[in-house]
Amino acid sequence: MYEFKLPDLGEGIHEGEVLKWHVKVGDTIKEDDPLIEVETDKAAVTIPSPRGGIIMTLKGAVGDILNVGDVIVTIEDGSGASVAPAEVPTKTEPIETPVKVETPAPIAPTVETLEVASGRPVPAAPATRRLARELGVNINIIKGTGPAGRVTPEDVKLVASGEVPTTIEPVKKEAATESDSCPIAVTKTPAMSAIPFLDLDPMPDFAKEGPIEIEKLRSIRRKVAHKMTTSKILIPHVVHMDEADVTELDKFRREENARREGRGGKLTLLPFVIKAVIAGLKEYPAFNASIDPFKEEIIYKKYYNVGVAVDSDRGLIVPVIKNADQKSIIQLSDKIVELAEGARDGNINVADLSGGTFTITNIGPIGGTGFAAAINYPEAAILGLARAQDKPVVRNGEIVIRKMLPISLSFDHRIADGADAARMVSGIIKRLSDPYTLLLEI
Amino acid sequence: MVMGSLTQDAEVVVIGAGPGGYVAAIRLADLGKEVVLVEESEDLGGVCLREGCIPSKVLINVVDMGNSAVDARKMGLNVGEVSYDLDKLRKWTGSVVDGLTKGVRMLLEKRGVEIVHGRAQFVNNNTISVDGGKVKLNFKHAVIATGSRINELPSAYDLPLWSSSEALKLPEVPKRLVVVGGGYIGLEMGLVYAGLGSKVTMVEFSERLLLGADPDLAGVMIKHCEQRMDRILTESRVEKVEKSGDGYAVTVSHKGENEVIECDQVLVAIGRKPNTDNLGLENTDVKIIDHGLIDVDVHNRTSVPNIYAIGDVVRGPALAHKASREAKVVAEIIADHQAEFDNRAIPAVVFTDPEIAWTGLTEREAHDQGISYKLGKFPLRALGRARTMGRTDGMVKILSDPETNLVLGVGMVGPHVSEMISEATLALEMGATLEDLMVTIHPHPTISESIMEAAEVAAGSAVHIIAPK
Repeated sequence: MYEFKLPDLGEGIHEGEVLKWHVKVGDTIKEDDPLIEVETDKAAVTIPSPRGGIIMTLKGAVGDILNVGDVIVTIEDGSGASVAPAEVPTKTEPIETPVKVETPAPIAPTVETLEVASGRPVPAAPATRRLARELGVNINIIKGTGPAGRVTPEDVKLVASGEVPTTIEPVKKEAATESDSCPIAVTKTPAMSAIPFLDLDPMPDFAKEGPIEIEKLRSIRRKVAHKMTTSKILIPHVVHMDEADVTELDKFRREENARREGRGGKLTLLPFVIKAVIAGLKEYPAFNASIDPFKEEIIYKKYYNVGVAVDSDRGLIVPVIKNADQKSIIQLSDKIVELAEGARDGNINVADLSGGTFTITNIGPIGGTGFAAAINYPEAAILGLARAQDKPVVRNGEIVIRKMLPISLSFDHRIADGADAARMVSGIIKRLSDPYTLLLEI
Repeated sequence: MVMGSLTQDAEVVVIGAGPGGYVAAIRLADLGKEVVLVEESEDLGGVCLREGCIPSKVLINVVDMGNSAVDARKMGLNVGEVSYDLDKLRKWTGSVVDGLTKGVRMLLEKRGVEIVHGRAQFVNNNTISVDGGKVKLNFKHAVIATGSRINELPSAYDLPLWSSSEALKLPEVPKRLVVVGGGYIGLEMGLVYAGLGSKVTMVEFSERLLLGADPDLAGVMIKHCEQRMDRILTESRVEKVEKSGDGYAVTVSHKGENEVIECDQVLVAIGRKPNTDNLGLENTDVKIIDHGLIDVDVHNRTSVPNIYAIGDVVRGPALAHKASREAKVVAEIIADHQAEFDNRAIPAVVFTDPEIAWTGLTEREAHDQGISYKLGKFPLRALGRARTMGRTDGMVKILSDPETNLVLGVGMVGPHVSEMISEATLALEMGATLEDLMVTIHPHPTISESIMEAAEVAAGSAVHIIAPK
């Protein structure tokens, strides 16, 4: 009998929602046959069977949340005694990170996922356990820094801040969706905050005012909520805005599309913007960095992995183009199409969803004259593109019509200052305004 | 609220006014909830207060004093024949219970908790009726805290045998008393009646008395029982009980052989069962699991999200202090706090002579679950305070994690251990290590020093005993 545990699904992922079972109890399957489709915070993944045999048990119905390390399937493969599968790593390393900064780690709690279900509860004082509940941290996955692994209030706060190699599970609260008669019982208690003036009042009883519908915060929506709260509370955002004259670039792009008619995907402005951004990041490395507030260090990344925000049916997904600096415009264009399609179909590699160093978000196709994007934590900046439009502008004392692209750079003011951002944006604008300059740098 | 057949709205209905229910009602009221408490009996406090924990401790205390007085003769105390005035004893017990019951009512009324007397029945997931419709309450939340009742001996339903409830009323002191069941209730009551002068025969189905306690702890107490009781029959089963003259003939089988024991009264103490029948739960979606227990999650929420259940009607030991803690958790959850029954240990105390108490992991559980541990055992005969009292039978033992020295469990037998177990439970809740117990100054001379000493034994650095090499 072989017990198959839900394997590690990638960086920071510790649970997944069952989308579909490809097998049922009693089925005979071959090795590598598809077993289950699981939706994680980042993507839907199909997990193949590691063994051939007869399915004896399945855990979890469609919609259930499975934890990494849970036995999800037992397969009768004639091996007799139950065999422990290869150990699932308890901490995940960032994927494809060429540079690893070697610094002595400060004493910090570590987070483990495996012992959650079976192990005895961690040693921690009742007040510490309550703190963990209030901060939405599952205390039983924390390995504390106190004697005998006792979890201290500081450990809980550190894990809650997200600064520990994190596989934090938010406390699962049983939501009573079927019972509208007692909305009070399901609302989450306001968290105590250590930030002055930040007192969170409990949610009002909306049902008193009119009919409501309750949906569980799950999967991508929950991940976005988590990341955006971290981003907006932790990062002092400043937004610098400007317009790029993309008349020439747009002309070039259209001509090129006409010339390439029928070959490959349509060339958009985005790959050019990526190129212009990378040139800027090389000049102003602060925008490709991350800040470690605990060690008080700035980590400059010498690789350029550019994330592109994609609006999918399942919510916001940010596929990452790895080593975008080493790709041509055409390669970038193809990669964007491939990743965006994958993201929309829910069919994307988890590795393609992490490891970004800078993000670009393009609201242009939908519309808008400008917006202030939220930084994709723990990156240092995000570039927002609004809709490129023909506008009357003044050139050499005359009003002319030019195609103007509004861009905004939201950046972390801890790492960079306004002047840096203005220079960075000016550089991007210059390159986008003059495609020939841009081409020289490729 | 208006009495009558009108249906009233109630924010929270608590059913049962025992140590689960009344605590829940008080805490809910303090958290700003409107609470209606429904109790079948005229007196509040539940079995614990009226016919359990409290009256039994009154009797145990008196009998202990009598026994101590007799024991003290050898120490120089001149005391004549010790005898008991049953009338006074009944009155004293009644006054203690009355005082506490009234106290509970006062605590509830001061907080504006509305008390409705009658039997509650669920009509559906949101409504109960009291006394067949005298009052109907539409509730937002309900807390089931109806407790448990005594199991009867199936072979003697129609005979007026004693349960612990009758025994606590002291109807008489039978010359010969057969106690069926060697758990904590049978032992406590058996020792009370032995002290009052009954010749007690204990009949226990399993291989020893107080099977829930580790054998070394139970052993010390059993030795005392052997001195105080007439006979102790283990691995024995009551086959039938018949009327015999003014008393009873109890047929007991032991390894296939029957014996008939003549006695004047039989006390049946063979466990309790949850009061979940006759509650109308079949009209709700509340799920019942084995033995009539209500299925609940870590928040003590039943399968109906706005109905909670606490105490003896849910899994876990049927103990008042567990019910009270669950009551507070549930009250906080209903009031929207982030609470959870995440207690690491529920202490167990047996008020025998000597007392037994344990908390956290027992040795038996450690063996059953394959948990390795380091044991530190400190005998009371090495303790000054125990010598001064002439009470040297007993010990404190500590189970700790062999690698981290984390305290995993503590067991005790001896005088005052019912009080001392709280220190050990605090240690478990706080995640204390042996060192924490060792460096904490314990006042001298006290029995509580034995906790510190046992921790030292476990850590291999005991002052007051010679460690075996």
